[in-house]
Amino acid sequence: MSGTTSLPVPVRTQGRAGSGRAGGRHRAGYAFVALYLVLLLLFGVLPSVYAVYLSFTKAAGKRVSLGPITVAQWAGLSNFFATGRDFRFLPAFEHIGVYLTIWLVVLVVLVLALALLLHGGVRRAVPFFRFLFYLPGALAGSASVLVWAFMLDPDISPWHFVLSLLHYSSMPQTLAPGHLPAIFALIAFWTGAGGWIVVMNGALNNISDEVIDSAKIDGADAWQLAVRIKLPLIKRWVIFMVILAFAAGTQLFVEPQLLSAASLGMVSPSWSPNQLAYYLATQNGNFNYAAAISVDLLIVGLMAATLLVFRSKMFQID
Amino acid sequence: MAHVTAQPTRRQPAARAPLAVAAGPTRRRRRLLSRSVGVRLAWFIVMLAFTAFFIVPVIWVFIAPTKTDHQLIYWNPLAFGSFHTFLRTWDEIYAFQAHELLVWLWNSARYSVGGVLLALGCAVPAGYGLALTEFIGRRVLLSITLIVMIMPASALVLPLFLEMNLLHLSNSAWSVVFPFGFFPFGVYLSYIFFSSTIPKELLAAARVDGCSEWGVFRHVALPLARPVVALVGFFAFVSDWTNFFLPFVMFYTDRQYPLPVGLDYLISSTSAFNPVTSAANSPVVRPELAMATLVAIAPVFIVFLFAQRALVTGMLAGATKE
Repeated sequence: MSGTTSLPVPVRTQGRAGSGRAGGRHRAGYAFVALYLVLLLLFGVLPSVYAVYLSFTKAAGKRVSLGPITVAQWAGLSNFFATGRDFRFLPAFEHIGVYLTIWLVVLVVLVLALALLLHGGVRRAVPFFRFLFYLPGALAGSASVLVWAFMLDPDISPWHFVLSLLHYSSMPQTLAPGHLPAIFALIAFWTGAGGWIVVMNGALNNISDEVIDSAKIDGADAWQLAVRIKLPLIKRWVIFMVILAFAAGTQLFVEPQLLSAASLGMVSPSWSPNQLAYYLATQNGNFNYAAAISVDLLIVGLMAATLLVFRSKMFQID
Repeated sequence: MAHVTAQPTRRQPAARAPLAVAAGPTRRRRRLLSRSVGVRLAWFIVMLAFTAFFIVPVIWVFIAPTKTDHQLIYWNPLAFGSFHTFLRTWDEIYAFQAHELLVWLWNSARYSVGGVLLALGCAVPAGYGLALTEFIGRRVLLSITLIVMIMPASALVLPLFLEMNLLHLSNSAWSVVFPFGFFPFGVYLSYIFFSSTIPKELLAAARVDGCSEWGVFRHVALPLARPVVALVGFFAFVSDWTNFFLPFVMFYTDRQYPLPVGLDYLISSTSAFNPVTSAANSPVVRPELAMATLVAIAPVFIVFLFAQRALVTGMLAGATKE
């Protein structure tokens, strides 16, 4: 079978009644991807294009007709500048920046530490712990935020001894604005770390026994083994994790949204960029501004994804 | 998030190693036994500490509905209340706005099932087409799929909201089911599966025997693809069921909400976290909220419990490239 089918000519030289079949297979290829392609265009490409269109036009301006369709007036970059100057814009990105810093450091350090501990530990207990670490993933989304709202309520929390060590005696104290990035990082770690530990554990298991044994013969202790041998061998998985976690982290929405509800508005409704965009669209009815911010975020996500796909050698296409 | 995290291992050429490791466990165990008991004890203590961090909140949610709000405050946080209280908590939350919780449950079920079926119907044939047929633009489509798969799905939520507004589809079930059906990660999983486990020769043989292209897929490839159908179905289900942002922006009437958005509505409309203001007028307080959380997580939790062995195996060793 080989790659001949991509070129029409060699197929014909096979001498069977093949040419028609190969053309048919070509068409069959399109048929198999057709439905997916429709969804990709309608719910992946089209919304992005429409958001870009909205971000560069203004609804209030006069409409311009281009042949059969009328479009809104071109606004250049003014929506981007206007949202950039909004008094909530910089704080929202600052919040995300602090949150991402805490979250990525905690994620990398603890996931690697736990994965290495699991890998170097009592082998028969590994699947058990790995599963328990992974289990909170079942509570992803609003359930996890609600659970942590309970955990951070000193009145009822099973962790009240930790909270009282930190001198937090009421919910407004634990949810103080300065604590929010760390709290969101905590929630993200609680739901997401287990999945990454499974992944890292798998990557570590891929290191051949010979490599580890020869390092031991050379006199490496457990620490050297972990830091000098195992870590460099799973480095690309760490990069992979950091980029994915970064891209996902810029999108923060459910955590501040729910904690805002739970704390009677102590958390600002425009805490994160996504919230601000949502707020501008629904409260101010300014879809152009909302689109401008979501295009900002879209670009960040797109850059992270492109970097990973084309630069990391993580995915070979074919 | 869960679905993205699960994926990289299956891409690794040598991902079969976790199974192969079984060759040398006895040697390893002997080495461990020779280590001091203290090291192993320390290991277990660290592991148990993290287990507590991950598991205590889960246990707490299961226990909380067995207590009254008063008991939640004054009893040991992990003490079990009574089954009787559990039932009373259920009655209170069931009564909330004429059993609205069950309406949300039903909404969650139909949006998720609709999304999963659509995702499977698109992703499995598309993965097959990308892996085992040739057509112009195949590599481009594959690259786009990878990029969209890695981009956080929530980056598209507001653009989708703007689009659905334009199409007057917001507040309808379709506004979430269609985007749920667009599941590039499922396409990628299927692509990896078909390109690594189904030999092209097998398909060629079926063609020689007179099978049509569709027949080859339907009668040869699909029966072999049951594991990947289950895997894609699982990841699609978990991500659809737990999705908050998309339904949150799409629906503006509470009877349309799925459970995750319903939880947000419960918190804001009862202010259960601020009992001073609400205890007098609302029977929905913290135990009731915990009960609602239980209902919201139950399906995914059950799937996690029962599918875990298959899942971890699937994540680590499922489809490997030759």
